[in-house]
Amino acid sequence: MITTDGLTKRYGPVLAVDCIDLDVRAGDIYGFLGANGSGKTTTVRMLLGLVLPTSGTIRLLDEPMPRAAHSVLPQVGALIEGPAAYGHLSGRSNLALLDAAGPGGPRRTRRARVDAALEQVGLARVSSRQVRAYSLGMRQRLGLAAALLRTPRLLILDEPTNGLDPQGIREIRDLLVGLHAQGTTVFLSSHLLAEVEQLCTRVGVLDRGRLVLQDELTVLQQPTGRTVVRTPDAERAHGLLDGRVEHRDGDRIVVRRTDAAALNSLLVGQGVRVHELGPERRTLEQVVLAATTESPEVAP
Amino acid sequence: MIVVELRKLLTRPRTWITIALIDALPTLVAVLLALTDVGPRPGTGPAFLSAVLADGTLFPLAALAMVLPLFLPVAVALTAGDAIAGEAQTGTLRYLLARPVGRTRLLVAKLVAVIAFVLLTVLVVAATGFVVGALLLGDAPLSSSVSGTSLTQQELAWRTVLALGYAVLAMLGVASIALFFSTITDSPPGAAMGALAFLIASTLLLTLDAANALQPYLPTRYWLAFVDLFRDPILWRDVGFGVLQQGVYVLLFLGAAWANFTTRDITS
Repeated sequence: MITTDGLTKRYGPVLAVDCIDLDVRAGDIYGFLGANGSGKTTTVRMLLGLVLPTSGTIRLLDEPMPRAAHSVLPQVGALIEGPAAYGHLSGRSNLALLDAAGPGGPRRTRRARVDAALEQVGLARVSSRQVRAYSLGMRQRLGLAAALLRTPRLLILDEPTNGLDPQGIREIRDLLVGLHAQGTTVFLSSHLLAEVEQLCTRVGVLDRGRLVLQDELTVLQQPTGRTVVRTPDAERAHGLLDGRVEHRDGDRIVVRRTDAAALNSLLVGQGVRVHELGPERRTLEQVVLAATTESPEVAP
Repeated sequence: MIVVELRKLLTRPRTWITIALIDALPTLVAVLLALTDVGPRPGTGPAFLSAVLADGTLFPLAALAMVLPLFLPVAVALTAGDAIAGEAQTGTLRYLLARPVGRTRLLVAKLVAVIAFVLLTVLVVAATGFVVGALLLGDAPLSSSVSGTSLTQQELAWRTVLALGYAVLAMLGVASIALFFSTITDSPPGAAMGALAFLIASTLLLTLDAANALQPYLPTRYWLAFVDLFRDPILWRDVGFGVLQQGVYVLLFLGAAWANFTTRDITS
């Protein structure tokens, strides 16, 4: 759905995006992670033809961008760096104007399209109120509704849950999962690891303009080959497993040994009480931190 | 897209407030003239104003001559300056372009909306001028040309249409300059001020003898040449220069606006 080849953007002396090769496949919920200022938004803008790449190529839905923008973008819904709307118009009028601005989309069915989009994001009840009077969360929902207007094949969402309360975040997550189940591919740019971990099937990590990691989430989180043991008799267990303990932290011991069952029977046979024993899996946070260099906050 | 832009223009309260304010000045002048019966002496004050006390049908032209030098350009510069920069400021520009709306198409639609605004304003001013002129001012069927000979109603009518067209062209020049500035900044007042600074500089240089060599090329030089359309016979020289010159300004600045906007990174 999205492939880039050596995509690069240079702003004067600053290399904002450095030779990245994105590979987003049909049916993915792709989590595009990176700290603030790591180049996520510039990449998203290049995908949509707003910012022109310094070098490299982009293919969206198997067509070259930005050359094929006219035929590709109607099938893409986007939320870019927060929502935007005309404050003096109602939510409904805003969507109708945006729908009328794009190519295609017959006038006859416009009202139905707008209604459906408003219904999907839960804004139907306040749709005739001026956007000026909307809360941040309502504006965010309106932005999502605008992205969903043409039932896109690909959704490119930049921080879609910004400004939403936990209930709203949950609703949006359910909405995205539902759309994904119907065959929509989702490209989700975010700096919230938890959000990506819960939702995404594939992950790309951007660090100071470079794509340092890109893989299936299940691959990134597969067992590390080590076993974690939690036991109240940590001292004894440590002694028994001498030489194989990777490190010990209170009652938690990380053991270099692939076979958890054998380890369990060894400990229990020696009378060591075991609370918990299982293969170690890394959290997404650990994966990302390992892949990125330190102090991402000050990344140029 | 053009329909969308027109709808945006017409649903916006600001459009109508601006037109009402522009319209207020000539109306005020008409009321004052009617109450005091003291007109400017012939040859002084805004064009046509000395004649309207006797013949109210000339008042639409007098009203136009009043708003053309300052009010109308300011309004046009604000509207055209807002065209792209305003969308950038509210953040809607990125969503329009990602819809997608082609950049050239958007620019053309914005230009058409600005022209519609100019036409609307000029028509409202002329219509109000006609009504207050007929109601408040003299109705002696003078219908005289500026040269003193008399014109038939028919002649006066088509010359008025020509004059309106000329005024619209002059405003198109202003709109092009403001539209260009609108594509290089994300601040609508900044774009409007840029265009106005250009016009003010031009007006200033016109009063300066040392700038004689520059004067034929300044955009405001021939603005009021439409008065020549009411001479008998019509004095085409300045009107012709004016049309030519505004045409060059429009092409130049629209070309620059297009070249800039279609190749620019949208980071707003």
